[in-house]
Amino acid sequence: MNDKIVHALYDDDDVLLSAIKTIRSEKHHIEEVYTPFPVHGLDKAMGLEETRIAIMSFIYGCIGLSVAVLMMNFIMIEDWPQNIGGKPSFSYLENMPAFVPIMFEMTVFFAAHLMVITFYMRSRLWPFKKAENPNTLTTDDKFLVEIGIHGNVKELEKLLKKSGAIDVSIIEKSK
Amino acid sequence: MYTFPNKLRNLALSFMAIGFVGLVYGFISAPKTIEEAKAIIASNHEEGHGTTHNNPETHHITDVNDQNSYNDTNHNESEHKLTDYDKSHDAKHDEHVFHQLSNKPWAALYVAAFFFFMISLGVLAFYAIQRAAQAGWSPVLYRVMESITGYLLPGGIIVIVILALSGMHLNHLFIWMDPEVVAHDKLIAGKTGYLNIPFFLIRGLFFLSGWSLYRYFSRKFSLAQDLEKGISNHKKNFRISAAFLVFFIVTESIMSWDWIMSIDPHWFSTLFGWYVFSSMIVSAVTSIALISIYLKSKGYLEFVNDSHIHDLAKFMFGFSVFWTYLWFSQFMLIWFSNIPEEVTYFITRIEDYNLPFFGMLVMNFIFPLLVLINSDYKRKNYFVIMAGIVIILGHYVDVFNMIMPSAVGDQWFIGSAEIGGFLFFLGLFIFIVFKEMTKAPLLAKGDPYMGESKRFHY
Repeated sequence: MNDKIVHALYDDDDVLLSAIKTIRSEKHHIEEVYTPFPVHGLDKAMGLEETRIAIMSFIYGCIGLSVAVLMMNFIMIEDWPQNIGGKPSFSYLENMPAFVPIMFEMTVFFAAHLMVITFYMRSRLWPFKKAENPNTLTTDDKFLVEIGIHGNVKELEKLLKKSGAIDVSIIEKSK
Repeated sequence: MYTFPNKLRNLALSFMAIGFVGLVYGFISAPKTIEEAKAIIASNHEEGHGTTHNNPETHHITDVNDQNSYNDTNHNESEHKLTDYDKSHDAKHDEHVFHQLSNKPWAALYVAAFFFFMISLGVLAFYAIQRAAQAGWSPVLYRVMESITGYLLPGGIIVIVILALSGMHLNHLFIWMDPEVVAHDKLIAGKTGYLNIPFFLIRGLFFLSGWSLYRYFSRKFSLAQDLEKGISNHKKNFRISAAFLVFFIVTESIMSWDWIMSIDPHWFSTLFGWYVFSSMIVSAVTSIALISIYLKSKGYLEFVNDSHIHDLAKFMFGFSVFWTYLWFSQFMLIWFSNIPEEVTYFITRIEDYNLPFFGMLVMNFIFPLLVLINSDYKRKNYFVIMAGIVIILGHYVDVFNMIMPSAVGDQWFIGSAEIGGFLFFLGLFIFIVFKEMTKAPLLAKGDPYMGESKRFHY
């Protein structure tokens, strides 16, 4: 089935934000917005759900902390206890201050790396993937809004022009 | 304009009254003679309510630490302890305990006086940072900050008076002030060029007058800016704030060595100035948040929105972690290297102050970390207040841990002087801060960044 969508091109992020507000207030469905840089407040203007990556980051940090504790306990206490500076490694708790930097680093390491990987997976990005953006101008200095058509095309075009779009094109999209 | 509500005024005055009674009782009940000190210790033994601090073994350890046995003190107490181990109540020891017990109300007074003074100094530094950075989010809070720094001069004068009284040998808080001790202590004797009473007090007065001058002029320019069309007062404020920050970070460091670290003149830590600063700035931001939320709940500060509270809570969270980082950096290196003259500091605290020492870590790090880590909780006044009260109390315990072990050794307990001191200075702080708040409109309306600050949103 063929589906028609509208591509509206903008050249300013403030114009883009106010345009998105008018488009949404007219009950049109915005499918995607392509921008050359992150636009502050865009997610709220589009009405996107809040990200849950912060919660994942906390969980990943906890995993990193546990891995560090188990790892240092195995390496320094169980497997090969040594007497370092008059502090024999017989108990994890008593030698804990020495392990704190490692616990900290592993927490940060796990949180950061797993968060990036999660973000890529969630955004469906992977190495050698073909770029999805429909217009290469969005990698330079233009902003593109993709809107699904569910009614009067002429009216929508007029609305977009009025909202400050520098170019409006209708595209046949095969599903 | 803000009016000081009678209810709050009465609360502040009753805190001061109760606190004053507590302090007076603390001073009266402190032993005047060695015999009285012995009687107190003996009664504590019979009641058996001390746990670690009545244990002869810890007596022995702390006494060695206190005297820093590696240098030649005339007391020669450490040897006494080693030989007359079971007869730990010999005359020298009794004298030592007597000094500690008679120090106790003084130290309690000093901890509370310093703590509330430190809050207003921290707010002054935070305020200067906002001015120097030309921050766009915070101008709606300028008047709250200016009111808190109103406590700087009276609070600072009280601290300096206490220091001057120590200099007049009314107490033994600073053992280097005692010529008898210095004469037999090579380490302290080597430091007399810096640690002597006149220079010490002159330094204190110089620091306090520098901070107060900045406070006076920045407040003056801030009020003048309200009536001005241009921004010349704003620019002047920017310039003096940048200059003040340079002055502050040097003098704050020296102040922390003088007023806190020199209580234990044998011990030193190179990041002590930063450590005190971190404690200062986190208590300062917390008190700004608490007072703003209080005023907002009473219908004032309608221009402060939850994004401002969110930012303050972010600072509370961030500076709590910063404090922990510095605390741990100081602790870990000393713990790891285990050099006797350094590690005594932490051995005293872990053995005799176990609960406050580790409790403070829970209050200042783990609790705020867990409560404030969530972005949404930072905008809920309930959470910010809960975390804020714990942080304030936690940093009071932090100052307690910095001063008490060196001043009273293992003879500590939370008694009437401690509670009284805290309440008295809390009352005084509330009284002066809210009194200052009535003197100017709560909105610094002439600030060029006011529009940005009012529209500020996360």
